[in-house]
Order: sequence, then C-alpha cells, then structure tokens
Amino acid sequence: MTKIFQKTDMDTNRIVTVENLQVSFKLNDNVIVEAVKGVSFHIDQGETLALVGESGSGKSVTAMTIMRLTEYDGASIDGGVIKLRLNSGETVDVTELPLIKMNSIRGADISVVFQDPMSSLNPVFTIGFQIAEVIINHQGKTAKEAEKIALNALKLVRVPDAERRLKQYPHQLSGGMRQRVVIAMALCCRPLLLIADEPTTALDVTIQAQILGLIRALQDEINMSVLFITHDMGVVAEIADRVCVMQNGKIVETGSIFDIFEKPNHPYTKALISAVPRLGSMKDKDQPEKFPILEVDEVNLEKSAQEGSTVS
Amino acid sequence: MKKNITQPLLEVKNLITRFDMRAGLFGKINARVHAIENVSFNIYPGETLALVGESGCGKSTIARSILQLDKPISGSIKFEGSETLGLSLQDLKSFRRNVQMVFQDPFSSLNPRMTIGKAIADPMAVNKILPRSALRQRVYELLERVDLEPEHIDRFPHAFSGGQRQRICIARVLGLDPKLIIADEAVASLDVTIQARVINLLMDLQSELGISILFISHDVAVVERIAHRVAVMYLGEIVEIGDRKSIFKDPQHSYTKKLFGSVPVPDPRLRKKNQDLLADEIPSAMRAPDYIPIELPLIQVSDNHFVRQEVSD
Repeated sequence: MTKIFQKTDMDTNRIVTVENLQVSFKLNDNVIVEAVKGVSFHIDQGETLALVGESGSGKSVTAMTIMRLTEYDGASIDGGVIKLRLNSGETVDVTELPLIKMNSIRGADISVVFQDPMSSLNPVFTIGFQIAEVIINHQGKTAKEAEKIALNALKLVRVPDAERRLKQYPHQLSGGMRQRVVIAMALCCRPLLLIADEPTTALDVTIQAQILGLIRALQDEINMSVLFITHDMGVVAEIADRVCVMQNGKIVETGSIFDIFEKPNHPYTKALISAVPRLGSMKDKDQPEKFPILEVDEVNLEKSAQEGSTVS
Repeated sequence: MKKNITQPLLEVKNLITRFDMRAGLFGKINARVHAIENVSFNIYPGETLALVGESGCGKSTIARSILQLDKPISGSIKFEGSETLGLSLQDLKSFRRNVQMVFQDPFSSLNPRMTIGKAIADPMAVNKILPRSALRQRVYELLERVDLEPEHIDRFPHAFSGGQRQRICIARVLGLDPKLIIADEAVASLDVTIQARVINLLMDLQSELGISILFISHDVAVVERIAHRVAVMYLGEIVEIGDRKSIFKDPQHSYTKKLFGSVPVPDPRLRKKNQDLLADEIPSAMRAPDYIPIELPLIQVSDNHFVRQEVSD
C-alpha cells in the first residue's frame, strides 16, 4: 500500500491502459451485480476513443472507475489494472492508489465532463469563482492569477464576452454555454485525459454540433486524449478515432472508426449501426418506411436493457 | 367510416399561445413568452405530420394547446370540421378521447402502483367504451397488438424496460380508438435499437388502423423516416412546412438548413470539418409586454411546400 507512485510500464505514447477490469455492485440483499466483466482497452496521446453502448451496458461505470468514483456508489473493483499517465510523466496504477490520493489526480491529470451541465455547476457561485477554484486547488495559484487563467480558459472554449460571463451565475447561461463552461473547467489544468460522459446528449443538435467541433479543435490545440462515452453512433462517427462497442459489461468489438462503420463484425455492432436513423436515407422515397431491423438479437435486444443489470 | 381524403382531420389556424410572466406585489405583467405565434397546419386522416425544432421552439406547447391543456389566446382548432376552442368541459372530453397523447418519459406516465392491465383498462372504463366484463379480454388483445406478452397483464410498471413501457403507453392509447395520436418526443428517451422498433410499431398501427399521428421530435433523422409531411418550428413559428420529400431534398429556410446540417452523420468519412466554433444560439422567446410580433408571409415554393419569408439583416 505504500508503493503509491510505483512506476508501471507503459509505452511513452500511451495515456491510459485498462486491463481486464471487473467492477461489481453489491445490492442490499446480498445480490451482486456484475457491471463490468473484464474490460480492456488503451488510449494513446491525442487520440479519441469512443465507448459506445446502450443504457446499462457498463460504459459509464468503466469510465467512472478510471476516476475511482464508482466506489462512492458502493462498487468494488474485483480485478484488473488501470495504468494512467500523470502530467508529471509518471505512470500509476489507479486501482492501487488510496482514494484520498485521487483528489489530487482528478481535475488535474484526468478530468470529466458529464451529461447535465447544470448539475456539474454550483448554482450559488459565479462561474469565474468555480473555474478559479479548480486552479487554486490544483496549482496553488493566488486568486488573482487563477482568475486570469479562468478567463483564458473561457476564451479557449470560445465563450463570447468572456469577461462578463466570469461574473455570471450558471442559471444565466444557456445549456450549450454551461457545457462550454464545464469543459473550460475540466481543461484549465491541462489534463492528459478528458473523460466525456455523454456530454452532448442533453443538448440540441445545433449546439451539439458546436460542442463536438469544439472538443475536436481543443484536442488538436492542447493534444489531449479523450475517452468519449455515448450511445449515439452518429456522434461516434463525428468524433472518434477508435471505437469500443460495449454490451452487458463486455467489450464485444474494438476497431478503428472506419473498420467499425464499414466492416462491423459483431452482430450487436451491426444491429446498433443499422438502427441509427440516417438523414438522407429516404431521399427518393415518396412514402415513409420502417426501420430495417436486423434479426440477430431479435428477442433479446429489448430485454438487454434489463439484463444489463441482471443479478448473478 | 370512409371519409373524404381532402377533408382534414385536424385544422389548426392562426393559433397563438402566450404565457404572461408576472412579478412584484400586484402581479404586474413584466414580460411575455411568445410560445406559439400564428401557427397554422392541417393533419389529414391516416397521415403523419412531424413537428421538428429545438428545445423551446414551442412544439410541445402546440400539442398541449391542441388538447387545451394550455389555453390558446386566439386562433381556431377544428376537429373533423367543428371548432373545439371554447367547448364545454363535457364536449372537450369526447374530443380528447379522439386525440390521445403519448409522452416522452414512460416512467412518469405510468402509475407505479397500478398493474399495467389496470392502467390500460382504466381509460376504457372511464369512457365507458366496453362493459367491465369485457375489459380484460380487450387488454389481452391490446398487449398482443403492441408485441407484449398478454400473461404479463398483472405486473407492475417497474418490471418493464423503457421500450416495453412505451408500448404499454401506446396500448393504453389504442384502447380508446383515437383518430389522432400526438406523440410528444415519444421515442426520445429510448436506446436506438428499441427506438427503431417502437417507431416501426407506430407505423404498423397507422397503416392498419388509419390513425393520424402528430409526431413531435427534435430528431430530424427519425422524422425523415416516419413523416408524410414535416413542419419546422423556430421561436414559436412554423418557418417551413411541406411534404417530407421536398423539405428534405430542398430545404429553403436558413434555419432548416442549419438544423439539417447539424445532424451527426453516422459515416466517419463525411465528418464535418472547419465548422464555426463560436457559440450561436437561439434567442429567447420572452418579450416585453408591449411587443408586437412581426408577421412575415409564408411563400409557396412548390405545390406542397411553403417557407416563411426571412428578414434580411
């Protein structure tokens, strides 16, 4: 337990490696839910990996375990290794760190953007204060310096009229603007890895397009890696370099973005892709048409949402 | 039951719904939300009209105004040729029986303490559609119709997944034999594979029973599949309306183009590049109390395709 910053091997280009991760939740009446059943993947510097799956597939649990946040919800990590590169260049195994150590890693070396920006922001503080707080906590800056960095962070995420926005409260901003603020907050310490957990799901399409464009541009500008969690194959096509498809706590297929979309192997991946409505697919049709349903998991697909939380 | 096709089932004309915002000791009106401004459209028997637009554009307020859950300020809503605005509560009930709503969240629209059999039978009992003794048999048929197991009739909603619950809501609506179903984001909270199935079910029901559907959605790609005609809404107005093919092939209004252009395409080779990163957002529909909306005419593009004139600025 004392080997806190024990060096682990990892390619210099690699930011995170997850090997055979297993996470389970114990329910009150002694039933155990296996949420993640042996998941492995890695992310290189500057790369975007999309973790795709439907509700209950374990994608969020996987990502939150990298930040060691699931244990607060009663999860236990039953096995596996999560190697993470820190800003200092060192590599640690996240699963072996004491939880208290994670406080200095979260927000500095690894950051997260959640689906609902309103619940990520504190309604009673100005957004300038909230961004500065992160910088003061992690980088030990003075309040004045922190405010300057906060202003730059807002400019980085292209918030118009950033000086005025610093003094505003979350309720005065629109949903898209709030999500930009949350991204600014996540990036102000320049983490090597950003976890984006359905960051555009709650937004309208026009705003979603802006936020996806923003994440892509920022990635080029500061060379960060992104673990992008989504259920939307359309969004995956817009943002990812590589894709892991999850179903029932397992990764059923991994591949480059082009392989997944053009040569999907696993029947679940095929079903997922065929169910995505494609704009323009009905261009020359006079009458509406039903969705083609792949026969693969015909009976099981609808139940899979429930089976994702099967007790075992 | 055969009706003349040219007679619309629902005729909405110049509908206006506004909400007053009051403040202060005497509740003085200090602002007004112009939720629906002068909206007109028809729905014909057996067709699907889709209302698309982003949050806050007034699409749900239209649904609520049609059922008069929100009181419109002015305009006319004719159902099968007769005016429904200003009807007595009693007459409104029979109108609402014909126009049924399926909501977005199947978790909050089913009573957790009521078996699904009772949930489906209740509206039929209230409207005295069938004698009580025949209800259970009818519920079996309805469950079968929406591809659920009839044996599950005595289970509670928590035993079903989101997609199954939405099917239960559809079965409940079907019991009343409605002529128009208003589906307000009815598939928005479902996973894609399940969403596809629920939409296919709606389309099957439509072709079997000849029901009209007002399909309210923010998802343009879904709308392209299900709709016969499409109305695009922006800030409480319909900015473009027409048959599906014309709207998708030849969008005219700048907002329609922007909306369609923002939809993610599930093909990595068509990834959008170099787009404008600056925030560009829809303004609020809240106005000063003395605001008088500017009315711009709808211009006919083709037989069946109209677009709102744009202010050049």
